Amino acid sequence: MNLTLRIWRQKGANTPGEFVTYPVHNVSPDMSFLEMLDVLNEELIVRGEEPVSFEHDCREGICGSCGFLIDGMTHGPRRGTTVCQLHMRSFQDGDELTLEPWRASAFPVLKDLIVDRSAFDRIIQSGGFISAPTGSAPEANAILVPKESSDTAFDAAACIACGACVAACPNASAMLFTSAKLTHLNVLPQGQPERDERTVNMVAAMDREGFGSCTNHAECEAACPKLIPLEFIARMNRYVYRALLRPHRHPLAERIAPGAPSRAR
Amino acid sequence: MLDTMISTQASPQTLDARIPPGPIEQKWDRARFDMKLVSRANRRKYRVIVVGTGLAGAAAAATLGEQGYQVDGFSFHDSPRRAHSIAAQGGINAAKNYRNDGDSIYRLFYDTIKGGDFRAREANAYRLAQLSVEIIDQCVAQGVPFAREYGGLLDTRSFGGVQVERTFYARGQTGQQLLLGAYQALERQISAGSVKMHTRSEMLDLVVIDGKARGIIVRNLVTGAITPHAADVVVLATGGYANVYYLSTNAKASNVTAIWRAHRRGALFGNPCFTQIHPTCIPVTGEHQSKLTLMSESLRNDGRVWVPVKKGDTRPPGAISDAERDYYLERRYPSFGNLVPRDVASRAAKEVCDAGRGVGPGGYGVYLDFRDAINRMGRDAVQEKYGNLFEIYERITGENAYDVPMRIYPAVHYTMGGLWVDYQLMSTIPGLFVGGEANFSDQGANRLGASALMQGLADGYFILPATVPNYLASSRFDPVNTAHPAFREVEDEVRRRTEALLATKGKRTVDSFHRELGRLMWDECGMARSESGLRKALARIPELREEFRTDVRVPGDDGGLNQSLEKAGRVADFLELAELMCTDALHRSESCGGHFRVESQTPDGEAMRNDEEFSYAAAWEWTGPDNAPVLHKEPLTFDYVHPTQRSYK
Repeated sequence: MNLTLRIWRQKGANTPGEFVTYPVHNVSPDMSFLEMLDVLNEELIVRGEEPVSFEHDCREGICGSCGFLIDGMTHGPRRGTTVCQLHMRSFQDGDELTLEPWRASAFPVLKDLIVDRSAFDRIIQSGGFISAPTGSAPEANAILVPKESSDTAFDAAACIACGACVAACPNASAMLFTSAKLTHLNVLPQGQPERDERTVNMVAAMDREGFGSCTNHAECEAACPKLIPLEFIARMNRYVYRALLRPHRHPLAERIAPGAPSRAR
Repeated sequence: MLDTMISTQASPQTLDARIPPGPIEQKWDRARFDMKLVSRANRRKYRVIVVGTGLAGAAAAATLGEQGYQVDGFSFHDSPRRAHSIAAQGGINAAKNYRNDGDSIYRLFYDTIKGGDFRAREANAYRLAQLSVEIIDQCVAQGVPFAREYGGLLDTRSFGGVQVERTFYARGQTGQQLLLGAYQALERQISAGSVKMHTRSEMLDLVVIDGKARGIIVRNLVTGAITPHAADVVVLATGGYANVYYLSTNAKASNVTAIWRAHRRGALFGNPCFTQIHPTCIPVTGEHQSKLTLMSESLRNDGRVWVPVKKGDTRPPGAISDAERDYYLERRYPSFGNLVPRDVASRAAKEVCDAGRGVGPGGYGVYLDFRDAINRMGRDAVQEKYGNLFEIYERITGENAYDVPMRIYPAVHYTMGGLWVDYQLMSTIPGLFVGGEANFSDQGANRLGASALMQGLADGYFILPATVPNYLASSRFDPVNTAHPAFREVEDEVRRRTEALLATKGKRTVDSFHRELGRLMWDECGMARSESGLRKALARIPELREEFRTDVRVPGDDGGLNQSLEKAGRVADFLELAELMCTDALHRSESCGGHFRVESQTPDGEAMRNDEEFSYAAAWEWTGPDNAPVLHKEPLTFDYVHPTQRSYK
């Protein structure tokens, strides 16, 4: 099949970008979307033009490197699929597709379809871990974890940090990402000692990075290639309220945006 | 010390692996007691560079940071969480014996040595089995969501090549969850200030001063800036080099550059030809194919492998009755059946396809059928166990494996070879340590399933954090910073190499060279290797390298993000590595594990070792671009597991 692509080309973070149109011929339905772009890039190089930069690595839908918008849809039209696992059989001969990078001020464009997602790492740095220095662990089966908790933790931990949730959200909110990590760690017995601290620190970091807030559009859930449910955001809100309302030796409330409830002391 | 044992005159030497004396079960304890310690207050005076922050690198960087060293971590990814460890599916072995099914540290050790076809170091394999137990404890404490039983205890399953259920798993995403555990531990140290992380930064060379590794040269992949970084010790944990085959299950950016550059600076390269072909990957669909996708071999626990009895049988699988199906693994290996080790399963698939009995377009595929499992366990149980793998398969092929059998074919998956290291994981360059898949590893000539994650984490959490401090405490250091002329010299070399790639302005793309090299390596140095084929490859590779030098086209410049330039540098190194792999494969005229020389097989077609001549690890020395590499040997002795012909019948 033959396609027409309108691709966002931008040389660097500080140069303006524009859409450039490219025809692509002889596309096989068995190609992945990225393999189709490989073919285009090989042609561009031979013609002496600059290939389109896009991020990718494992091409198995697990590393979270890839992702851009196809006709405004994160990772393209197929639900629960990263763009590296999207195959051309999902498209038809003659289709015109518009490809652009994630749009969010917390994810500045670096080049073409590549954005900087280091804000996610900084959210994890603020508390997305369980403090367990190497060597200090108890015997693995000494910690009983109900299967239900373990399964929920896994569902949440399946997040690949691709950023589709942010790109799909009208507010560019990172709440699905943050709530997934909080759910993963907060439902486990190992995560309890740091639960409240972790919750307020990660929420504060999320705000600091310039992500917006959730107003229940639920676009993130629809966009997530790993099908992380919106329910985790509701959980996160419960974690926040519980953290703020429980008595602590040092009040946690002041770390979060004004307007958050704080327990009268 | 080793540096005195390896002559720069390129004369072959016997390598000393510094294995501690004493009974095997006490060697690691003994080694740890003999190690020198650095007091807590002095640790922050030492700077440690860790290149590659996947399982081994992130675990090592986090742990060394916790101990109080100043750590600099480098990754070419935008985040350490993208490392290819993330794609490991099946699980991680540990000798916990939770199933009470006869497992023990000794049995895991035994299985590793036997699985590696008696080409691994006994002391290392034993230590790996010992540490496996602590790894699970560590990961659970970090919150890794392993599969659990209803009572809240950890679940395990059996995995390719063994008869006990010792594999811990997190659905089909064990690598992802273990990596996230190590990544989170690393991010915690970054926020604590003990680790400084340099993302989108690719190591392009190693700096050696007075015979010791003292730093690296790095290119910032966003700005193009080339910068020197000095340290007291350098740890490489940069993964394997299966992408020399172009098509492999490795991530697209996985490469050999860091360890190859270190090899060119004097680190010996161990067993480069030992590669692992994984039996259960999705078959190639056409020229456009950019990588291969592995389906976890845990599928072989319940799926049955077969091809039609009749040659060229193109009927749909459902129309072929049981009597017309050849369940060839169950037939040839009745006691292990579909669970034979990877190398055995891969070669068997190649044989039936070469005989014209393969299935699917192109005829290079075999069926992996879940019909009987679905009838026995029910569709829901199959879905609970393998659901995500069936989804992956459906996404790529458009076929529903609950209704029609999967089609699979072997693909290159892992490289057992890598930089030669001693028992302390130090290469032949003092101060250069190597962990995870990047070293020549504890796996011998073949790796058992669920052992790569185990090795990466054993190296990262437990071995390097003991041996790196020992090196620091027992070596004398002159202070070195990046003003040292050696840094300027290597940096200039790196710049010249980059400029040369951009200046060639030839006609062929980097990928077209990579594809041609990959095809040649798959044909001649892949699942079956022959003297004539290897000689053919050895004649062609230097020609291809020359064509690359004079005719490659790398668009753009070095002043910013340039993915073509990144690829070009990596492929240039693959073009050198490929020659060493073929040289190693040619010299080892025996078959062992994943290295199958057609000249060396038993009458019924199984791999035949030659222990008299080849019971050693081959470690190759670089002697310049136009000189033949020099072979050094580390003799292997087997005091505990007596070498036998492997049999899975």
